Amino acid sequence: MDILNALVAFLNFVFIPAAAYGAQLALGALGVTLIYAILRFSNFAHGDTMAFGTAITILVTWGLQSLGVSLGPLPTALLALPVGIAATALLVLATDRAVYRFYRAQKAAPIIFVMASVGVMFVMNGLTRLLIGVDEQRFDDGARFIIAVRDFREWSGLAEGLALRSTQALTLVVTVIVCAALFWFLNRTKSGKAMRAYSDNEDLALLSGIDPERVVRLTWIIAAALMTVAGVLYGLDKSFRPFNYFQILLPIFAAAIVGGLGNPIGAIAGGFLVAFSEVAVTYPWVKVAGYLFPDWQPGGLLQLLGTEYKFAVSFVILIVVLLFRPTGLFRGKSV
Amino acid sequence: MSSNRQAAAANPWRAPVLFAVLAILFVLEGTVRNGMFSGSWNTSLAILNMGLISAITALGVNMQWGYAGLFNTGVVGFLAIGGLAPVLVSLPPVEGAWAAGGPRLIGALLAGLGTLALAKIVYTRTGRIGAMALVLLAGFVAYRWLFDPAVLAIEANDSARTGNIGGLGLPILLSWLVGGAFAAAAAWGVGKVALGLRSDYLAIATLGIGEIIVAVLRNEDWLARGVKNIAAIPRPVPYETDLQQNPAFVDFAARWGFGTAEASGIWVKLCYMSLFLAVLLGIILLAELALKSPWGRMMRAIRDNETAAEAMGKDVTARHLQVFVLGSAVIGIAGAMMITLDGLMAPTSFNPLRYTFLIWVMVIVGGSGNNWGSVLGAVLIWFLWIKAEVWGPNLIGVLVGPLPDGDIKAHLLGSAPHMRFIAMGLVLLLVLRFAPRGLVPEK
Repeated sequence: MDILNALVAFLNFVFIPAAAYGAQLALGALGVTLIYAILRFSNFAHGDTMAFGTAITILVTWGLQSLGVSLGPLPTALLALPVGIAATALLVLATDRAVYRFYRAQKAAPIIFVMASVGVMFVMNGLTRLLIGVDEQRFDDGARFIIAVRDFREWSGLAEGLALRSTQALTLVVTVIVCAALFWFLNRTKSGKAMRAYSDNEDLALLSGIDPERVVRLTWIIAAALMTVAGVLYGLDKSFRPFNYFQILLPIFAAAIVGGLGNPIGAIAGGFLVAFSEVAVTYPWVKVAGYLFPDWQPGGLLQLLGTEYKFAVSFVILIVVLLFRPTGLFRGKSV
Repeated sequence: MSSNRQAAAANPWRAPVLFAVLAILFVLEGTVRNGMFSGSWNTSLAILNMGLISAITALGVNMQWGYAGLFNTGVVGFLAIGGLAPVLVSLPPVEGAWAAGGPRLIGALLAGLGTLALAKIVYTRTGRIGAMALVLLAGFVAYRWLFDPAVLAIEANDSARTGNIGGLGLPILLSWLVGGAFAAAAAWGVGKVALGLRSDYLAIATLGIGEIIVAVLRNEDWLARGVKNIAAIPRPVPYETDLQQNPAFVDFAARWGFGTAEASGIWVKLCYMSLFLAVLLGIILLAELALKSPWGRMMRAIRDNETAAEAMGKDVTARHLQVFVLGSAVIGIAGAMMITLDGLMAPTSFNPLRYTFLIWVMVIVGGSGNNWGSVLGAVLIWFLWIKAEVWGPNLIGVLVGPLPDGDIKAHLLGSAPHMRFIAMGLVLLLVLRFAPRGLVPEK
């Protein structure tokens, strides 16, 4: 039994990729859950807005690269990120003004908002296609690895290698910073408290003099920042293809619902839960098992589900939660 | 929904006039050749045939949305699973495939379903999640033990040409009904779980099932050859080449002044059109009868005020499940018809923007709750969607004409095809806001 090698293989193929992916999902789910808490609808345009923010960031990154600007070991995209966030914030504020505000004034049913968000999704999708096309784009630069496989092998003397890509580490660091800032904002600042009050009880919040339009604007700006950061990190880690951002909508929704729609801590937990289940279910465990039980010759790859079915995992998680605990693990807003 | 309904009655001439305008568009497409229209009856009828299939899909969506306010975002999946029916029902059997692993495969699928049913029984009887998880785990192991060797054997069977389980060799028209049944079964599963909760949960769950069905079709080679596609699906109408060799048909075409090749294409498309029209009118007739019956009044009562209907003793969730399954069955029939028309099962072509959300634009534009409105919206939007591919670049070409040649001009010209996504999104948003009852409002 070779526990060390098994552990390294597990870290390399399951833990690190799942942690990075989970962080990206958590950021996406935070955006969905915030919009749900304040505006009370599931935003189907979320994935395509992420793609839009990322596309802007990529364009600015290319501009910076052609000017010769770089951040050394860090990806240049970090410098371009604020521009992407600002552009996305402006776009979603304009969308809110043009589309959602009318239905808010009408007090329309949530499903009408969802329908409107589908229209917004079409427009965002078209805008992204206009900006950058439908092809795959890579825009990461700077150092590739923090720990390279070969260095790790030489350092540890183990047969199994461990790689930590800089984008993965960056994802985790940025996520921690963003979450800390968000929770500080929600819990400590007056505006954040106003947002939570509005989410808990709209009428009471109005009575205590909270300006609802200001709360809504703040929500969209924060959501735009979360979406762009999540989209850029996902694009740096994997690669940027607009259609992937539509497909990531399902895991993001699953994460937000698992955690309880409207509950920020739940969204983060949900993101990691979905990501770890997805990677664990689609990873062929035969290598890890080979180190742990050298005498056992399993017939197959010990893979529960092919990687092409990774979306089925989020779907199953979603179904299980809907069946047994529709308000989510962390008690979001019910019904 | 109820907040959007205005009291003013619509002009009774509105629907006939709009249908006449639509007919003129198709005649123009068939006869006039200029920058806007192709002047080919083959093109015009091809657009119309796909428009009719879209209309049937839109009818299914309208049953779910217009009658019950259910938001189905997995239309693409129900179309795809309906499209599986012609492959499994009407293709000739593949030699050796059944012997290679057919019974074992059926056993595996039964074991899978049985596990789910047993888990449900165990949970309702004992109330223990642990016991249910054990059942599921054991069932999953049994399923994989049966399933994997069967699939390997079937896919190894002449894998260059077939490698799939093959069909039953039954008539293709029968497969349309089977397609409806497939979609209904999938809808029952999703609806059972997601209905009765918040309204957006159904939207999210159907989004998931849609993606999963398409993923299954793409990756399960034993089922429909996955991305290797299945061509030469049997047809309910004659083949063009047979017509061209038939002297009677050649005479007939000459009398009407058409070339043989062109006439055979038109004839085949007219045959398809009559079939599709028959199905479409049949479904509309049934739907209208249902709407006028006590059942229809109950559905509208539930849609307009769920709480009141529930207080009157109506089982809202069960009625929602019923109409969701019915609507999905109609979508499944449309999926089977679409695969029959194409003669090709290509899972990569199932794109949610095109097959889910474009259908939604059709329903909303046409007038949700009104069957004729859905048909009008579907055919109109489909016509515009196809023609926008031609009109968009022409329009952009005129607009950027004065610009100096360069990167920006080239980029704008190249991006013209993407404009139709923005246009469709804007159409949806504008109709939703300014004319929420659509072109032909509900009576």
